[in-house]
Amino acid sequence: MSDMSYVRSDMLPERTPPASSVGFVGWARANLFNGVVNSILTIVSLVLIFFVLAALLPWLFSPTWNSGSLNECREILNGHEGACWGVIHERWQQLLYGFYPNGSEAGTVDQRWRPNLAFLLLFVAVIPVLFNMISRRMNWVLLLVALSYGAYAVGGTLGMITVVVLLAAAVIVGYKAFSTDKAARAAEIEAGAKRLPNPLIFSAIFPFVVPFLLWGGSIWVFVGAALGFVLAGLAYRYLSAAVGSLAGMIISVLVAIVWWLFLIGPFASAMDAILPIALEQIESRKFGGFMLSITIGVVAIGISLPIGIVLALGRQSDLLIVKALSVGFIEFIRGVPLITLLFVASTLLNIFLPPGTNFDIILRVLIMVTLFASAYMAEVVRGGLAALPKGQYEAADALGLDYWKAQRLIIMPQALKISIPGIVSTFIGVFKDTVLVSIIGLLDPLGLSNAIRADQAWNGVVWELYGFIAFMFFVFCFSMSRYSMYLERRLRTGHK
Amino acid sequence: MSSITLDHHADRSAMKVSDQVAIDIRGMNKWYGAFHVLRDIDLTVYEGERIVIAGPSGSGKSTLIRCINRLEEHQEGQIIVDGTELTSDLKNVDKVRSEVGMVFQHFNLFPHLTILENCTLAPIWVRKTPRKEAEEVAMHFLEKVKIPEQAHKYPGMLSGGQQQRVAIARSLCMMPRIMLFDEPTSALDPEMIKEVLETMVSLAEEGMTMLCVTHEMGFAKEVANRVIFMDQGQIVEQNEPEEFFNNPQSERTKLFLSQIL
Ligand SMILES: Nc1ncnc2c1ncn2[C@@H]1O[C@H](COP(=O)(O)OP(=O)(O)OP(=O)(O)O)[C@@H](O)[C@H]1O
Ligand SMILES: [Mg+2]
Repeated sequence: MSDMSYVRSDMLPERTPPASSVGFVGWARANLFNGVVNSILTIVSLVLIFFVLAALLPWLFSPTWNSGSLNECREILNGHEGACWGVIHERWQQLLYGFYPNGSEAGTVDQRWRPNLAFLLLFVAVIPVLFNMISRRMNWVLLLVALSYGAYAVGGTLGMITVVVLLAAAVIVGYKAFSTDKAARAAEIEAGAKRLPNPLIFSAIFPFVVPFLLWGGSIWVFVGAALGFVLAGLAYRYLSAAVGSLAGMIISVLVAIVWWLFLIGPFASAMDAILPIALEQIESRKFGGFMLSITIGVVAIGISLPIGIVLALGRQSDLLIVKALSVGFIEFIRGVPLITLLFVASTLLNIFLPPGTNFDIILRVLIMVTLFASAYMAEVVRGGLAALPKGQYEAADALGLDYWKAQRLIIMPQALKISIPGIVSTFIGVFKDTVLVSIIGLLDPLGLSNAIRADQAWNGVVWELYGFIAFMFFVFCFSMSRYSMYLERRLRTGHK
Repeated sequence: MSSITLDHHADRSAMKVSDQVAIDIRGMNKWYGAFHVLRDIDLTVYEGERIVIAGPSGSGKSTLIRCINRLEEHQEGQIIVDGTELTSDLKNVDKVRSEVGMVFQHFNLFPHLTILENCTLAPIWVRKTPRKEAEEVAMHFLEKVKIPEQAHKYPGMLSGGQQQRVAIARSLCMMPRIMLFDEPTSALDPEMIKEVLETMVSLAEEGMTMLCVTHEMGFAKEVANRVIFMDQGQIVEQNEPEEFFNNPQSERTKLFLSQIL
């Protein structure tokens, strides 16, 4: 019996794993060449990739960047296979900005800095919402730098002075964070987080800044639009205590509607008389290219999520009317193709609206695409809600949280986290669906590509144009997809 | 069934029952659809009482204590908690809920928040306590349930027993006057059952009013001043633990005790 007993006398030290299981060799052995079948598949794939690249690369790198027409390309290529990049070289601005004034026509000024600035500001506004890896201080620096680009584009002496002032402010706000000492930098970032205003303030006014930049006109119209929300907020804050939260909500919505419908006009003209600030007005039909796609995509994405959440909650509500309205809306919108809605926007609405009303076509399309996306978003969010265990609702109730607080603090953060893949898929779908507006005559990249191919010089160009458009869409959609994976990783909190 | 023995004997001297009524239930009836789940419940709980509710599965124990903070609605009779009657008036319901803590079988911690955030959420949003103060209170209670070092972890990283103790601390942070426990240990392994029960004993020693659905009869003998036996939606028998276990009166109780002891 006793020779079965065993006591370890010396503990084994930790050793590095054998070389064949780490590094590139280990990885390749585990993933590419483990077993005969796998090895054969790997070799076949490598051969295939080689042939594809061998055909594609010479086509991609063809010296046709400066050609002025398809015929010129053919001359340059002299019978060889190759892409005709002249079309992109000549038309890329159109593909990005549509017919937004670029100063080429007599009497017009280059206005493309406005969409550019709007695009930069989009990132500044979105970063504090989407990421937590950038400090408050950095965000304000970015904002100042982006604004200085705008001032530079406006030009003139005043513009240049503004550029200098803004950049100086950026340096003053930012220089402390650019220390090589890691601890000092961390301390400074910490202090900045306390002293500097929350960058979400800018994210909140961003939705009013961008339409002003893109469409122009008097700034007071947009200030007025924002004021409507402020008024509603104030009304709710002071009335809800007196008349109850539901009545307070209804009254504040009415206040905002009255303000927007009747009082904005007088307000804007009064302010214009005092302090006229305006940008040149740009008509909607000048919008086009990726600028149009991004405008529609960002608006639909940004607004459909909150509407979708409200609809999903409405669908779960105990209030019969709220529930019926939500279900009716969701099922109707989901039951109709987007194209139909767009046709309604482009033609039917004109018939129903009183003659003479000028209801901007892009605005109409925006509303339709947003409603369409909201219905899908509502169902995605509902899936997340359904996945939450009942215990979460009960625990929130038992702690005395009311419905809205429970939703905001407990339910939604978890439901939205569960639905991230679905939400981002919907976002990507909406962004790609924006090409459908070409069917009702808006000049998105696809609409423009048809126009370009109708040009004598580029008649017959296919791959280059569609390849470019596809590539641009891929960049946007792939970024969104990567972001969703980043977010899922960031929000992971332990097992389960 | 009850194999857990507590290490130290509860100090009964501090557990005083006052003559103030904490919960008053009169002629309460509840139905799930057509199913009569609670029948003519009359129950008066005085401040400082530790009541253990026992009974076979499906007898309505959970439903009864869930009615007390209106996670379930009763259809007939009255439930008055700390002078506030539970009706469909949401203001009263929220008031009662912030006075009554509840601990669930499956902990129901909020997985997206850290332990500390779990504990400070309700004080900050319901009681409007300043964050700093709420965090101090939370740390105090986390120390009391002996897991202050876990404060910045997420619930998913804790063991079952630790999670349940956090759940108790989370309820205590609201400074409730009454605590409800619905089988707080039945999802736990024996070693963890012990740590949770010890937490509950120390709570009883501080004079907390407690209603506890549990199968831990050791706990009942040690801590309870009254044991209630339920069957088929009715209170069949209630008595002091000594009497209840040694000298059960009804046939059902005898059967039940013979099965679990
Ligand atoms: N939401 C519900 N709808 C319909 N019937 C229900 C519902 N919840 C519970 N019941 C029924 O009510 C009865 C009492 O349930 P309850 O959960 O109160 O029992 P319990 O005494 O807590 O049992 P256990 O010891 O198994 O937890 C059971 O018969 C159960 O099937
Ligand atoms: Mg139960």
